[in-house]
Amino acid sequence: MSLRKVAVVGAGMTHFVRRAKETPQELAFKAVRVALDSCELTLMDIDAVCLGTAPDSFDGIHMNGEYLSQAAGAFRKPYLRSYVGGGTGVFVPIQGWYHVASGLFDVVLVVAEEKMSSYYPHAQAAFLTIFDHTIERPLKPNLLWIFALEMNRYMTTYGLSKADIARVSVLHKRNAADHPCALLGDPNITVEDVLQSETLAWPVQRLDVSPVSDGAVALVLAAEHVARRITDKPVWIEGVGWCLDTAYWTNRDLAYPRYVEMAAKMAYEMAGIKEPRKEIHIAEPYDPFDYKALHHLEGLQLAERGKAIELYLNGDAERSGNLPICPSGGLLGVGNPIAAAGLMKVAELFWQLRGEAGKRQVPGNPKRGLAQAWGDLMQVGTVIILGR
Amino acid sequence: MFSPFSINFESPTQWHGDLPVTSRYTAGIALERFFIALRDEGKILGIRCSRCSKTYVPPTLFCPQCLTELQEFVDVGLHGEIYTYTISYRNLDGSLSNAPQVIAFIKIADGGIIHKIEGIPPHQVFIGMKVAAVLKPTAERSGSILDICAFKPFG
Amino acid sequence: MNSNPYVPVVSLTEDDFSNGKVLFRHDKLDARYAWDTGIAIGAFLGGLKGGVILGSYCATCRKIVTPPRIVCEWCFRPMRRLVQLADTGRVNTFSLCYVTWDVKRISEPEIPAVIEIDGASPGHGFLHKIGEISPTEVHIGMRVQAVWKPAAERCGSITDILYFRKL
Repeated sequence: MSLRKVAVVGAGMTHFVRRAKETPQELAFKAVRVALDSCELTLMDIDAVCLGTAPDSFDGIHMNGEYLSQAAGAFRKPYLRSYVGGGTGVFVPIQGWYHVASGLFDVVLVVAEEKMSSYYPHAQAAFLTIFDHTIERPLKPNLLWIFALEMNRYMTTYGLSKADIARVSVLHKRNAADHPCALLGDPNITVEDVLQSETLAWPVQRLDVSPVSDGAVALVLAAEHVARRITDKPVWIEGVGWCLDTAYWTNRDLAYPRYVEMAAKMAYEMAGIKEPRKEIHIAEPYDPFDYKALHHLEGLQLAERGKAIELYLNGDAERSGNLPICPSGGLLGVGNPIAAAGLMKVAELFWQLRGEAGKRQVPGNPKRGLAQAWGDLMQVGTVIILGR
Repeated sequence: MFSPFSINFESPTQWHGDLPVTSRYTAGIALERFFIALRDEGKILGIRCSRCSKTYVPPTLFCPQCLTELQEFVDVGLHGEIYTYTISYRNLDGSLSNAPQVIAFIKIADGGIIHKIEGIPPHQVFIGMKVAAVLKPTAERSGSILDICAFKPFG
Repeated sequence: MNSNPYVPVVSLTEDDFSNGKVLFRHDKLDARYAWDTGIAIGAFLGGLKGGVILGSYCATCRKIVTPPRIVCEWCFRPMRRLVQLADTGRVNTFSLCYVTWDVKRISEPEIPAVIEIDGASPGHGFLHKIGEISPTEVHIGMRVQAVWKPAAERCGSITDILYFRKL
């Protein structure tokens, strides 16, 4: 099977906020509009639309994909919503990629939207519905439980301290201070601030967690022959991978995300990458909680097991470092409108690799970056590699 | 499929539960204008896309056909035409209703509103019938689609 | 090409809602279900009612898993045998949670944990809670035993086990 080369040629996003006045449709429209404007295309140039949005219960709209379709630019076009929980934001550009790589379409819009503030009083309660209805929900679990349980297992397995893990939150939130769309950027945050924040579900404290947010992001993908006409700076999708582990999350090794490893290996093989640590110049691992960035860097083979923290301790993770991590500010800093947050990471790679990331720009003309998201019942890894 | 277990337990066949989803929906940029005009001025607003020569009712922030941001709100009047309708004999929970209710799609400009038809026996309603919105008294209006009590035959 | 790709939105505060600065409406999803417990979980719940914890056995992978299931995800062959496990186990991981599922703060933490059940293959367990212990004493690897509701009150529910306590 011969696959066509696919480029990202345009990107746009809304600011991420705690409560937007805009409806989900209006958020999606705004992101799509700026993405089209960024590459000077109109809706007539778009052959198909791929949409990602997380559980319907956040926006509070059953069949949210159908509701969002015309706002995403899909009026009378081939359109499909994809969904793999928190992994959706990086899956939806993968979906866009195979729409174009297969030869079916030349130009595709990729859109992700989430309006978590619609779930009221608090979006956390929606997560009760992801647990097994018969053997877990009667215990009244909340989402913090599974993160806290995984974090504790991860910390204990490798002997990591809370103070070290807090460095992740500090770096990402500081990075986010340079992002125009960020909800929780803070140039002055310290490890002490994280350690002194409210304990929600030990070992998880408030500043270990990304904020509930509203927002939308859109990308424009194009086949090679079209991409070269649209822009002289196409950013190529070099590899994609995804993988789901068992939904029986209490039967798994919680200290190591094997499914992320398998998704990453699929993407590395496609991209011809043999030594990820040397060949990936920017990493945007999924960071809804600070320890998750470490967990994922290990699954992505960018660090040895239990050793990802060293990237933060020795400065490699900084923008000026050897392997900049979440130069965007990540979910911890920019915000976490679930599907939109994952796609924000892919948009960040697009801007970074084109040298258009402004104050966030990683020095040294980075050539290749990786974005990853994670979700479902702690079971999915989605990985995309962009290069120029 | 399973071999019988040595102790014969009585297994529950069902587990009952619900999805505790409660939502707070903002009207948003375009619909907030629509509802405030309905509440304060008793008007139905549409929004015009001059490029596509369409007037959308209720208004949307963007034109779905060309994806241009729209700003030209227009008063489309309180009248419309029944595009299609149904006569409902059941309540939402499936119980029989005391009186059959006519629910119609009322075409207004290039869009329309789903609402109740009142003031006429159900069997006299027809497609193409001209209808007008009956509004609640100003003091009772809250900025909701229910500020329109119903549509009734007109002219 | 250089248009600004970052578009602002109207950011609201909680006060904007209470002060009437924004138009909104509340709604509640009325979604009620009677989920069939199915073959494997039905048996598991029946076991709990009888005061035992069940797993299922894969003859190909020679694994015993809990909660039981009818298909082994490793080899995708049917799991045909239920196995009675002990009601003791080991804490795989735990949390001290100061927030309820609907985000209410509590001063005494709940202690959710993954309990690896004795008799199941290593690493296999389920989600439950730990009780009768000071939060500071809980640790990974701690041996625990199920505390059951009195037999007459058990109805075939995961809550027929009240919690696990230190052994």
